[in-house]
Amino acid sequence: MPGNTFGSDDIILSATGIDKVFPGAKALNKVNFQLARGEVHALLGENGAGKSTLVKCITGAYRRDGGRLVLDGADIDPRDTFEAQRLGIGTVYQEVNLLPNLTVAENLFLGRQPKRFGLVDAREMNRRAETLLAGYDLDVDVRAELSSCSVAVQQVVAIARAVDLSGKVLILDEPTASLDAHEVEMLFSIVRRLKAQGLGIVFITHFLEQVYAICDRITVLRNGQLVGTREAAALPRRELIAMMLGRELGDEIKAVARADAAEGPVRYRFAGYGRKGHIEPFDLEVRKGEVVGIAGLLGSGRTETAEILFGAEKADSGTAEIDGKPAELTSPRAAIRHRFGFCPEDRKVDGIVGDLSVRENIALALQARRGWARPIPRAEQDRLADQYIKALDIRTTDREKPIRLLSGGNQQKAILARWLATNPEFLILDEPTRGIDVGAHAEIIRLIENLCEQGMSLIVISSELDELVAYSRRVIVLRDRAHVSELVGDAVTTAHIVEAIAAGEKQGAA
Amino acid sequence: MNPRYVPLAATVAIFLAAYALCILQYPNMLSTRVIGNLLTDNAFLGIAAVGMTFVILSGGIDLSIGAVIAFTGVFIAVVLESTGLHPLVVFVLALGIATLFGALMGAIIHHLEMPPFIVTLAGMFLARGMAFVLSIDSVPVKHPFYATMKAFYYRLPGGGRITLIGGLMLLVFAAGILIAHRTRFGANVYALGGGVQTARLMGVPVARTTIAIYAFSGLLAGLSGIVFSLYTSAGYSLAAVGVELDAIAAVVIGGTLLTGGSGFVGGTLIGILIMGLIQTYITFDGSLSSWWTKILIGLLLFGFILMQKGFLYLSKGGRRLA
Repeated sequence: MPGNTFGSDDIILSATGIDKVFPGAKALNKVNFQLARGEVHALLGENGAGKSTLVKCITGAYRRDGGRLVLDGADIDPRDTFEAQRLGIGTVYQEVNLLPNLTVAENLFLGRQPKRFGLVDAREMNRRAETLLAGYDLDVDVRAELSSCSVAVQQVVAIARAVDLSGKVLILDEPTASLDAHEVEMLFSIVRRLKAQGLGIVFITHFLEQVYAICDRITVLRNGQLVGTREAAALPRRELIAMMLGRELGDEIKAVARADAAEGPVRYRFAGYGRKGHIEPFDLEVRKGEVVGIAGLLGSGRTETAEILFGAEKADSGTAEIDGKPAELTSPRAAIRHRFGFCPEDRKVDGIVGDLSVRENIALALQARRGWARPIPRAEQDRLADQYIKALDIRTTDREKPIRLLSGGNQQKAILARWLATNPEFLILDEPTRGIDVGAHAEIIRLIENLCEQGMSLIVISSELDELVAYSRRVIVLRDRAHVSELVGDAVTTAHIVEAIAAGEKQGAA
Repeated sequence: MNPRYVPLAATVAIFLAAYALCILQYPNMLSTRVIGNLLTDNAFLGIAAVGMTFVILSGGIDLSIGAVIAFTGVFIAVVLESTGLHPLVVFVLALGIATLFGALMGAIIHHLEMPPFIVTLAGMFLARGMAFVLSIDSVPVKHPFYATMKAFYYRLPGGGRITLIGGLMLLVFAAGILIAHRTRFGANVYALGGGVQTARLMGVPVARTTIAIYAFSGLLAGLSGIVFSLYTSAGYSLAAVGVELDAIAAVVIGGTLLTGGSGFVGGTLIGILIMGLIQTYITFDGSLSSWWTKILIGLLLFGFILMQKGFLYLSKGGRRLA
């Protein structure tokens, strides 16, 4: 299919000149977007570029302030997602938006349950649910509660519901963020099947490989403006990134000359440290100004390692030493007193306090260390907040904005600021670049390098091996809740990490 | 067994075990008389608890029902005393007021995005206050129609009686079960309990459903007030204090999660029966202080909340391993 030459008959959804203004910010400025039948169309851009806003204008979650929306030849103006659904636009979000307490069948047919004699006919509903899911090669008990299914299955159920409900346009908003490689492949085979049925599919993601694996065309937004729509096959990755960032990413993610911290003294020494059921006892030494990367598959014990180092889970074996002196790290409070900091993986659950302002979120950890009896003066809080908003380039209209209104990457930076405000000497970052866009990736990586140069010791957990390799002098490889390998210096390459994980795989099988 | 039925099964098991223990000690308790009285004495609480079950299933709470029961009772008594209206007409009026009152609270909760706890707490004070405005004293109801209704009952084999109000409670439970599990409204109630935001995205009419839930709870509180008025033949503004808490206790003991989204209307009936059974046992014993009812209910509640916590823990642990 040639790029911009779809005939007008092929276009199923056309958005022209879409405007959306928020108090203090123009979120969308005359954006055009055309979706054809039977195509997978990637919608890309940095955090805050306007992807979500555009999608919300299309699905009726937001009312647009200007522009035309034409679906299947007819002007539409959906007032809410429900109306958009009825018109034919279905959406599947990153966090599965189904109800965990209902059964699979109830989720599929909520609001349109088959009726018999005026009452909901559960048997008929379950039968239809089975038929529907059979079309997706999904064999699950439709009477089981949704929460008992894996995330991938829930995602497929969400897609099945959206397609069954709408049937013209399917919007996938970061559907793969919490799936593993195998599950992503399953999802893609479903997307291909739907594409063959003639659905127009909008695909939003941060994973560029996935864009190239499945998308026909790519539309890039930046700062609320359309940068361009291009044929995926004719758009080199480098050029795409340049479109997204508005600048050449160039060598921002190149391997840096790793500061030779090997000479420095070991500051933190953990020996035989572990907790039953969480992580096997491990030895870990971290020097001043060193970044130690932690790699492994999901569920290999990466987060558990972080939690135990920070005292969020109490170690039941082993000892910890700081500067040669034994240290008790039995609780996060104790760890904070030893100038530890921890940015958790799931910032929505463990990190941000959504209704508090950016300033309050930044001041939180420092306040906790001072104790609540000694409040930080407001002027000092303002100064801190302004300093980090500037230093980390946190994009917010002002420091009093509730943090939940910020985009993911900016929330991540605010959490980082929270810990930096406490002047930590040992910082644990769990997936610092998860769910944020390419530009923010580069910034966070640059930050990590700066911190390390300032003499901070860091532990960074990441599934982005390229990144790990870029900033880590050493990488610990985990598998089955145990530390299986340690790579140092020149041995730190993605190939070696994958090998180490795979070697564990073989041992596990033997 | 499907995990969603476990709390319900536990409730039924506790009821059967408790009843068996009672019968072992007092064989007389195995009679239709006891069962009939159990239904009659708990009718007003049971009816109100059905409404409470819907509210809690949706993730909310309704603290106003005790006050609404008292208000309805006083309203009926005062109107009957001072006008020549037929009780049935007054009942319809009372139900209308109670339903509107509930709908208004639901509308405030939804449109002003206020926590149900606060809104219904305000509703509780308001309804109780309005009852005092109508009359400070206990107003007796002497209308002959009351006697007619009280004389109406179905005789069970063994001498027990299903009175009008006892039967009404069973009917309300039957209707509640049907609404909860076999209507779209019922599914929407569960959906709200699973997550309001998600439910909205899935196209659940959140405003309509929220208002309907509190209106329904108000309606049943009004009906409960009528039943209470029939039961006591009087209207008193200080009556039914704390009934909302008894209703919440019955709902939780009946296996419904206080966090919403999971539970059964039928479980609430068993919860009511367990609470009634404890009371009956204390009456049979004769030497125990009636405060033992409260103590035992307190212990039961505690046990059930621990159990719910345990289930949550287990299901989470199971997922973590998976």
